Amino acid sequence: MSATTAIVATGDSPSRRALRRFLQHRLAVFGLVVVVLFIAAAIAAPWVAPYDPIATSWTRIRKPPSADFWFGTDENGRDVLSRVIWGARASLMAGVVSVAVAMLIGVPIGLLAGLAGKFTDAVISRVADAMLSVPFLILAIALAAFLGPALENAMLAIAISAAPIFVRLSRGMALEAKSADWFEAARSLGNPPWRTAYVHVLPNIVPPLLVQGTLSIAEAIIAEASLSFLGLGQQPPSPSWGSMLNSAQRFLTQAPWMSIYPGLAIFVVVLAFNLLGDGLRDALDPRSQRR
Amino acid sequence: MIGWFLRRLGQVIPTLFLLSIMIFGLQQLMPGDPALIMAGEERGDPVVLAQIRAELLLDQPIWTQYFAWIGRVLQGDFGFSWRIRLPVSQLILEKLPVTLQLGTMAFIIAVVIGVPMGIVSAVRRDTAADWAANGVALAGISTPNFWMGIMFILLFSVELGWLPPSGYVPLSEDFWLSISTTIMPAFVLGSGIAGVLMSHTRAAMLTAMAQDYVRTARAKGLSEKVVVLKHAFRNALIPVVTLGAIEFGRLLSGAVLTEQIFTIPGFGKLVVDAVFNRDYPVVQGVVLATALIFVGLSLVADMLYMAVNPRLREA
Repeated sequence: MSATTAIVATGDSPSRRALRRFLQHRLAVFGLVVVVLFIAAAIAAPWVAPYDPIATSWTRIRKPPSADFWFGTDENGRDVLSRVIWGARASLMAGVVSVAVAMLIGVPIGLLAGLAGKFTDAVISRVADAMLSVPFLILAIALAAFLGPALENAMLAIAISAAPIFVRLSRGMALEAKSADWFEAARSLGNPPWRTAYVHVLPNIVPPLLVQGTLSIAEAIIAEASLSFLGLGQQPPSPSWGSMLNSAQRFLTQAPWMSIYPGLAIFVVVLAFNLLGDGLRDALDPRSQRR
Repeated sequence: MIGWFLRRLGQVIPTLFLLSIMIFGLQQLMPGDPALIMAGEERGDPVVLAQIRAELLLDQPIWTQYFAWIGRVLQGDFGFSWRIRLPVSQLILEKLPVTLQLGTMAFIIAVVIGVPMGIVSAVRRDTAADWAANGVALAGISTPNFWMGIMFILLFSVELGWLPPSGYVPLSEDFWLSISTTIMPAFVLGSGIAGVLMSHTRAAMLTAMAQDYVRTARAKGLSEKVVVLKHAFRNALIPVVTLGAIEFGRLLSGAVLTEQIFTIPGFGKLVVDAVFNRDYPVVQGVVLATALIFVGLSLVADMLYMAVNPRLREA
């Protein structure tokens, strides 16, 4: 009882408490800072990148890292640092957009399954099972292959492959909500089903969606890099970390820096999203223990 | 048990049916006319095109095409590769053992690293060992395995010269040479799974260690080693075993890139080559085969779950 009064006295709302828990989580804050830095670099690429990312030069082919070219130059004399900075655009956009699309597809369908129940639920759940039974990357590769190689298609392929996770998650949360008292109250006040779903259920399931969304972005960034590495994503000469690694592999002995830095960029940004996701989970769900 | 199995099968069959529609539907996404692709040089000849269309049933309504296709698939006929005139099923059966060898080795590596790390991390919770194990696991999950592959080649093949950078020798030909060509890709493939296994083992161990029977075991004076390994770990194993079977399916996904990096002629290389040759029946066949393996594995996982947890058998 005393704990409750204390919270009321300081006027802490649940979101403030979540924010405080998040800020105490040093690794999560570190993840957030790194993510923000990468986003800033991607947006400001034209100004922060020291050179043109696609301008080739025959006089500076495969030069090792130096004061002029911090990350060295590639097989066409392009500055690797500038390409890594510009490549952040493709990777982050692919990560964020494909997860946003996956949520836009998955969440309404999942809510429908959970709230409608019966036959609708059975059909939707089996479709989600069917899609989840093809390993994520293989499904994305197959979709990207049939859609044709382009960054937009890779993003669409990743979004479709990631959608069933959000269907499952929001279905489960909707089922849980259905048995809550406030759900019954909202319904008995005469709210139509769609209103109950969007005004009452959706806000209650935002925290787990946010956590899953952040972790899914990490996975989507790796997936985009993988597809681009295979030549199914961003097309040359536009820079993307995956396609940079693809051409770098051919010069591994002569120019190892070409493959070190783009991969390091993927690793750091994915790690940051994972840390952020873990931190959000701990902050938003007080019941869960640290993994 | 039999009732449970039948109910589970009742779930699997509609899933497989929907999956077949999805995989069949893939080819509808394909840009352009498949007859034109197949005709190649003779694409200008309407007679050839009409013949190909009739052969592929492209002139028939879509549901006729589907039933013809699924009928053949059920008989194990996955169609012919457009590129090399060989049955897709034969190509898959040729390549699968290579990937299975790689996958099994990767899985063993993942278990050997991930499970003990999870136990130590749970037993020494909130110590330096726990933090280190969590850090290693997180790094494993966050590293794209194709980049790790490239870095390993750089370190162990280019710099140190310990292992061959690429190529594959079958197990039947030369055991040790085969292991030396696959150990590096297997480690790369297994490292991500090791991270996942570690965090699940840790979580399961923490749950088990908080149970009454562990307190009882300690109270009756058993050594900590016996408590941890015989009492807690055996119960923690239940979720880990299930997860392990499902993660094995994920290895197939990871193998696509790993095989590409190390030029190992397996399943993953097959699908990537097929994608670039626009050899759609092969892509379809590979997706279908991986999905079947995955569905089979999750069935096995559920059965293992029942086997290691007798309490569920009555339900």
